[in-house]
Parts: sequence; C-alpha cells; structure tokens
Amino acid sequence: MIYFQLFLSFLQIGLFSFGGGYAAMPLIQEQVTELHSWLSMSEFTDLITISQMTPGPIAVNSATFVGIKIAGVPGALLATFGCILPSCVIVTLIAKLYLKYRNMSLLQGVLNSLRPAVVAMIASAGISILITAFWGSETAISLSGTDWIMVALFGLAVVLIQKVQMNPILVMTLMGVAKAVLYVVGI
Amino acid sequence: MENKKQVLIKLFFSTLYLSAFTFGGGYVIVTLMKKKFVDQYHWIDEDEMLDLVAIAQSAPGAIAVNGAIVVGYKLAGLVGAITAITATILPPFVIISLISFVYTAVRDNVIVSQVLAGMQAGVGAVIASVVFEMGRGIYHGKNPMSILILIGAFIACTAGVSVIYVVIVCGLIGLIRTCFHNKKEAHS
Repeated sequence: MIYFQLFLSFLQIGLFSFGGGYAAMPLIQEQVTELHSWLSMSEFTDLITISQMTPGPIAVNSATFVGIKIAGVPGALLATFGCILPSCVIVTLIAKLYLKYRNMSLLQGVLNSLRPAVVAMIASAGISILITAFWGSETAISLSGTDWIMVALFGLAVVLIQKVQMNPILVMTLMGVAKAVLYVVGI
Repeated sequence: MENKKQVLIKLFFSTLYLSAFTFGGGYVIVTLMKKKFVDQYHWIDEDEMLDLVAIAQSAPGAIAVNGAIVVGYKLAGLVGAITAITATILPPFVIISLISFVYTAVRDNVIVSQVLAGMQAGVGAVIASVVFEMGRGIYHGKNPMSILILIGAFIACTAGVSVIYVVIVCGLIGLIRTCFHNKKEAHS
C-alpha cells in the first residue's frame, strides 16, 4: 500500500511540474509534507538543501530520499520510477509529433501562461520554508518567538547572492558554518 | 554515423557523466548536452537541438530527464531513450541513497543540526533570489495577463489551493490564449 502511495504521489509530481529548476518544489512540498506526513517541514528544507549541493533534478533527488526514508530502497526505486514515468510517455509522444510536424507553437503558448504561475508557486513554497526557518513551525508566528539569528543569516545570504553574486552553494555552506560557530561560541 | 551499439554506449556514458557532474539544474545540463551532441559528436544539428531543448522545457517533469529522453529518442528510438534516462537518474539515485543513510544517522548531532539550520536560511535566500529573477522577467514582459496569472496563482497557493489545480487552470488559460491568438493571426 505504501509503495503504491509513494508511486502515485511522485507520479503526480512528475506530471504536474512544468518549467524545470524549482518548479517541482511546491508540488513535492504539498505531497510529502501536507497530503502525507512523510517529512516534517524542516526535513523537507534539508532535502532541498541537499538537492542544491548534489547533482540531479530536485524531483529525482526527492523521490530517492523520501522513498528510502519511508520504504527503503524498493520504495526509492518505485518513487523514482513514478516521477519519471510521465516524462517518458509525454516527451516521447511530443518528440514523435515534433519529428513529424515540427510545430511547437501550442506547447510554447501553454508554457507562457504556466511560467508566471510557477513563479507564484515557488514563492509560496519559499515562504513556507522561511516561516519554518524563522519560527520553527507554521503555527507559532510571533515577534518574541522569532529566531533573529536566522533572520540575519537570511538577510546576509540574500545580499551575498544578489549583490556580491556569490555562488549559491558557497553561500549556503557559509550560512551553515556561521550558524554552527555562533552556537559553539554560545550566541 | 557509427553503428547503433556504439552510439548507445557513447550515449550512456556521456549522459552518465553529464548527470554526475552537473550542478545547478536542468538548464545547465541541456546546454552541456548541446555541446556534447551537437558540437563534439555532430549527431544532431544545431536548429534541431534547439527544438529538442524546447520540448524538454515545455513537457512536464525535470528538464534533465526530459532532455535525456528526447535526445536518446532522436538518436536511437525507444532503446536510446531508455539508455539515456537510465544514465541520467543513476548518479542522483546513488548519491542521494548514500546521503539519506548518513542524514538519518547524523541529523540529531547538535553541530550537524546547527549547520543544517544555518543552511535553511541560505536555501531560503537562494529561493528568494530565484523568485526575484523570474518575477522580474515576467514584470518586464509587460504582459498584463501574465502578471494577472502571477498574482492570482500566488493568492491561490497561499490560500491553500492545491498546486495541481493551479497548474491545470493556468495551463488551460494558456491553451485558450494560444488558440485565440493563432485564430486572430490566421484572419489577418
């Protein structure tokens, strides 16, 4: 049963994520933290962090990670298979049609309207991640409960990425080290 | 062109190599695929590769996976697609499997959990920057409908509407827009 659920969840992630990069993130979050409690929000954020630092698409990385945690290596295989199956069918079909007709305008048109929606979805998922980072959980947002060190690290990271144009992986590593050092010196 | 078996072997190892050493998402990997299969092997011509990349980007799913399927299919049919996709998912599958075992073992270590927490602030910033760059592109596109979709989808997602419905509705809007646009062009 759990195998079937894993397969089905990642099938939906594979089927409804358009546009690459972070586009799959909101779908993964919904499936693994909201619809099923396979990961806590904090574990989910760790997963995104790990995905950033290793090669491979977020969806495939998540399928492997969640699959192993929930149902071992067979679970990981099934989840990964689920997440690539829609691609296999749809891309092969489109490639076949393309090699025959060579007309892509309808597909591009649909993607043009999906792109702004994908940005909105990523923004919304990003907000959930920040809420977890700043307050620990989505239910306890209050000024006094704010983790100001995390807010400061976030602000610093934004400046390093946007203004200094530093490599994002390097920035994430620096923030991790900084947090650990602050902890050790007792702040 | 070499015989099919040689093509498949070369396809497998070049996709495996690209997948194992490409950090930074699907857009990077399709660029490297172009370098390999167009510039180095001369298996696909430049214009056709651009269309294959467009297919990889417009179909659902990860761009790296889609790119592998479309290139593999073009070069050697279904067997080619299966070869390329196996080579593409093998490296992340192995790497993440190893990491997830380590993760479970070290997650509760106090220093590790501090590092992971700090990295959460970092990944939040990376996502904020991605949203900013993509959002700016859409804002500068000056298409009122796109901006409307952006705002509407954001409200829907934040209000807890399932992202799957958001994708379906916005895809349908795109379909109608394109059909309408094509008809208007055909008339004039």
